[in-house]
Amino acid sequence: MTSTQSPERRRTTPTRPGDRIFRGTSLAAALLILATLAGVAVFLTAEGIPGILASPDDVKHGTTFVDYVVPLVFGTLLAAVLALTMAVPLAIGVALFISHYAPRKLAAPLGYVIDLLAAVPSVVYGVWGISFLAPALVPLYRWLEENLGFIPLFAGPASATGRTILTASIVLAVMVLPVITAICREIFLQTPRLHEEAALALGATRWEMARLAIFPYARSGIISASMLGLGRALGETMAVAMVLSASGVVTFNLISSTNPSTIAANIALTFNEATGLTVNALIASGLVLFVITFGVNFAARAIVDRRKDFSGAN
Amino acid sequence: MAKSIDVSDLDIYYGDFLAVEGVTIPIAARSVTAFIGPSGCGKSTFLRSLNRMHEVIRGARVEGKVLIDGQDLYADDMDPVNVRRLIGMVFQRPNPFPTMSIAENVLAGQRLNSKRMKKKEADEIVERSLRSAGLWNEVKDRLDRPGSGLSGGQQQRLCIARAIATQPEVLLMDEPCSALDPISTSIIEDLIHELKTDYTIVIVTHNMQQAARVSDTTAFFNLAGVGQPGKLVEHGDTSTMFSNPADPATEAYIQGRFG
Repeated sequence: MTSTQSPERRRTTPTRPGDRIFRGTSLAAALLILATLAGVAVFLTAEGIPGILASPDDVKHGTTFVDYVVPLVFGTLLAAVLALTMAVPLAIGVALFISHYAPRKLAAPLGYVIDLLAAVPSVVYGVWGISFLAPALVPLYRWLEENLGFIPLFAGPASATGRTILTASIVLAVMVLPVITAICREIFLQTPRLHEEAALALGATRWEMARLAIFPYARSGIISASMLGLGRALGETMAVAMVLSASGVVTFNLISSTNPSTIAANIALTFNEATGLTVNALIASGLVLFVITFGVNFAARAIVDRRKDFSGAN
Repeated sequence: MAKSIDVSDLDIYYGDFLAVEGVTIPIAARSVTAFIGPSGCGKSTFLRSLNRMHEVIRGARVEGKVLIDGQDLYADDMDPVNVRRLIGMVFQRPNPFPTMSIAENVLAGQRLNSKRMKKKEADEIVERSLRSAGLWNEVKDRLDRPGSGLSGGQQQRLCIARAIATQPEVLLMDEPCSALDPISTSIIEDLIHELKTDYTIVIVTHNMQQAARVSDTTAFFNLAGVGQPGKLVEHGDTSTMFSNPADPATEAYIQGRFG
């Protein structure tokens, strides 16, 4: 007969030193990220609160914090959303071309070139935007004002320099394009062969195969990629600060010379000359940006989770 | 709707590599034809050439003729997309679209082929296809649930329902039971028996008993040697092939004395 073990002798699985070390380092890495994030949040909150509570007389901009930050939030969101609406469809198209359409000889170099775009410093994009793109877009803005001026977005008067929020958004779109493209491309390439063949065997054309098999499979990846792009667009500082001629208004007019600024660009442009409570107000605006970015990421997670049963992960 | 297939002197190449050589075989309408043979002998490749699915691999091409009721599948003006709409296919591993519900899976081919369907029409197609695939009673209460939540055997029947929803002329099956347990396998074999009244069925199998059970005609493929192209050794009535094959290699393979 086998002997029964006494209850106090609990069975322990042997642990190997390698497992323990790996577990420890990965835990430490995870905690470090949380600690860094918490540190940033604490700093922004502690330094920002005086700025939020400051009376209009004590700060340079001469308004309450809410009045100060609302146009900035508006500008930040407007520029980022515009950039994404331009970049995401283009990125998906480019990624699909590289992963499924392009002949192999073309696909690899094209992929490298797109990746290279991500390595260009943002100040270079700023210079390009201000010295090439903005002047080049002036005729287009005039045309938009004359022909599509009845749409509030293009009401004008068209900017003579071209340094509008639309120009800034186009620069942002170019900047976020490589990130979104690279991620989408990797995910498209991972589409199970089985699903692609299922679609083809039903008589799907290549585009229908993309719609039936690739996009549904890549859906959550596309959302994550877009969120990464949105994060970059929301926080991008240098290029926007250089390109945009900002005047702190709230307007949907995309082509005029009075444009809302963005939080990040505004901090960069005014931080040097700011003193006292104005600095705190700027930090508080940074806190607002932090909260927005957080909210965007949670929203994205919620969207991805909502159709979890259908994700194909089960 | 079922049509016969006539293959004459078909060579299949991947680039310069000749994978299958000189296949000539008639496949009768409303019958089950089984392809048997050792791995790598080209039977799956040949099956896929019947709906041009082998063209998914770059550099694949054929020489010879495949006629479906006299219509050349490889004619210059024949779009492979149209070929696949005529000839349905079921794969070795069940592959329902994981992001679609059971009903959407069944309708996937229909949605490609035709413009708009009325809700009632769509419901009818779903029910008819799932009934033909013997799955209706098991899933009728959860048509809006994901197809990936079904068991392997149910998923494979869902794939069959999806393939027959568009009422193809021919149904190709590439080892449809090799990933399934014996009970699911027997359900699918019964299903094949029922389906052959409406469809021409071609099935690749590694399971000789299965070929003997389900097929009317059996074709034996073999390799002449390593690096040689696969060949059709012989084909004929299944009972003859299993009791009295003409070629000694066929007899050796069927009796498990291969190699």
